Amino acid sequence: MDWITEYKIPVGDWAEDLIDGLIEHSGEFFDFIAMSLEFLIQGLIDTLSSLHPLAFIVLVAAFAVWRQRRVGTAIFCALSLLLIWNLGYWQQTIETLSLVLFATGSCVLIGVPVGIAAAHRPMLYRFLRPVLDLMQTIPTFVYLIPTLTLFGLGVVPGLISTIVFALAAPIRLTYLGISEVPTELLEAGKAFGCTNKNLLVKVEIPAAMSSIRAGVTQCIMLSLSMVVIAALVGADGLGKPVVRALNTVDIAMGFEAGLAIVLVAIMLDRLSKSRHQE
Amino acid sequence: MIEFKDVDVIFGKRPERALALLDQGMSRSEILATTGLTAGVRNASLSVAKGEICVLMGLSGSGKSSLLRTANGLNPITRGEVLLETDQGMQNFLAFNEAEKRKIRMDRITMVFQKFALMPWLTVAQNVAFGLEQKGLERTQVRDRVMHQLELVGLSQWATKKPSELSGGMQQRVGLARALAMETDIILMDEPFSALDPLIRNQLQDELLRLQEQLNKTVVFVSHDLDEALKLGNHIAIMKDGEIVQHDTPENIVLNPADDYVRNFVAHTNPVEVVKAKALLTPLSELPTLNGEYCLSRRHDYWLKLGETPLNSRVRFGSAEHDLQNWSADSPIESLLKQPTLVHANTLMKTVMEIRYHTGHGVLVVDENKVVGYIGDKDIYHAMLGKLFEDE
Repeated sequence: MDWITEYKIPVGDWAEDLIDGLIEHSGEFFDFIAMSLEFLIQGLIDTLSSLHPLAFIVLVAAFAVWRQRRVGTAIFCALSLLLIWNLGYWQQTIETLSLVLFATGSCVLIGVPVGIAAAHRPMLYRFLRPVLDLMQTIPTFVYLIPTLTLFGLGVVPGLISTIVFALAAPIRLTYLGISEVPTELLEAGKAFGCTNKNLLVKVEIPAAMSSIRAGVTQCIMLSLSMVVIAALVGADGLGKPVVRALNTVDIAMGFEAGLAIVLVAIMLDRLSKSRHQE
Repeated sequence: MIEFKDVDVIFGKRPERALALLDQGMSRSEILATTGLTAGVRNASLSVAKGEICVLMGLSGSGKSSLLRTANGLNPITRGEVLLETDQGMQNFLAFNEAEKRKIRMDRITMVFQKFALMPWLTVAQNVAFGLEQKGLERTQVRDRVMHQLELVGLSQWATKKPSELSGGMQQRVGLARALAMETDIILMDEPFSALDPLIRNQLQDELLRLQEQLNKTVVFVSHDLDEALKLGNHIAIMKDGEIVQHDTPENIVLNPADDYVRNFVAHTNPVEVVKAKALLTPLSELPTLNGEYCLSRRHDYWLKLGETPLNSRVRFGSAEHDLQNWSADSPIESLLKQPTLVHANTLMKTVMEIRYHTGHGVLVVDENKVVGYIGDKDIYHAMLGKLFEDE
């Protein structure tokens, strides 16, 4: 059976050639993307960092009260942030939150329209489905290699990987929500004089809203998990102390950073859901 | 007001393929087997006059909803025409472009749905306002109309509630208000009361009739319930396998069913609310006469002697002679005397029975100022037992 391994099919080489070709032909294009993304994300981080931690904590608590009409969540968020502040991970937490917000925002901006388009065009969805499957099943580390070579070290490859990884959730759930809008509601909309645009805005999107919201919540959690891993290619945030702790077998730092990530995860999960969504 | 002309509706891809087969007279299942297409409606022609309620009746799958939906373009018409009365006279709905169709849907023709089809995220008032906002009315105008409609269906206190907080009957009232708010001439109603309890259904039927008396809309109503059809319809079109098998008045549907399918449908209906005196009576010409008197009942020694006018006629019961009295639709039956009564030929069977019960005498039927026949117990039993239908 030696003949099986005698000639290796150069799958890996092909991928490498593809990436090399991209860099060679459109290197400037990728550099431009990297620069503009870096500018935007750095702007967001700077804005959030410029707030005094206490002001930030008050803002988050106020948002929690407004969103859930419940004081419990607000108190939890405030205490968590105070603890993180105390442990000395404030800056990293702000960076992580910025990355998650930015990635989720981008995913929603891309994912919701794509999901709506897919629900309206069965052919598009048939083409999209394997792509989405691929995006969700490829191990997250594998994303980092091509984005690293395309965009260079730093925050941008992490961000791009995060967006690609988390994009599938809002697309899928928007698709699901829109295609499950009851026929009679569509007929009613049409019968009462909706144009196609009004049908989308006044009937389909409101009817699919709970599904779209679930997609956004999922997207936030997926982004968070990926943002931490993105520290491997130099993205800032709570992933950095984790990677450093891993390299130096620093149990104390690993535990503290891990705790901060868990707290951020719980906060994001609670804050992304409104009260009747639970 | 609205006219369906040779309408075919075929569902599936490239529906033209089925038209030739349809013309050859192939059945639905044969067409489905050869082309994979479903013939929803075939060769349906129907004309609905202004201000009438026309009921499309049939079992599920008979094509009644499919036909209804061609009228506002929710279903495509594969062949044929749907003509609507507009300001420019009768116009073919198919010939309109999307914008014109939209305009027709907002100004001429509106719809009430079987499962209510209310937007669950909007309040009752917002639901009623839904179509008005599409029309682009001003906010105050929308609010006035919404409040007016909610008052009309008795739901003013529920304006700020969500549909899910309302019972089924109330939800359909909202559906009705949403349609009425559009102030169109034509309302399509697709089994609007089928999802409701019998008691509530009855209430809403009465309410629809009450509203119809005020508003005088043209209604095309789909139902699978013959009693509902008989109660509401000025005309009934019975559909089977996509075709209209009979289009007639309720009374004619019950008395002269076109075929076995219709006969099966009407076999179990209660004739009391449908059949009129003229169908019930025994004509004078069929009564035996003796000495210029008609024999109404030999056993009871009951005789009729015609006078110059119906009211001058006299009825003899053994040796006792009776005057006659007139009953007209607006006088209460309780005020009638215990003597024979003259009723008009269009009086409902139910009323005839009540008069017979109250006066203790037979009922004479008048048409064009002449006594045309007599209704005795035998005639009533005859109809109640469904024998009227068997005679045909």
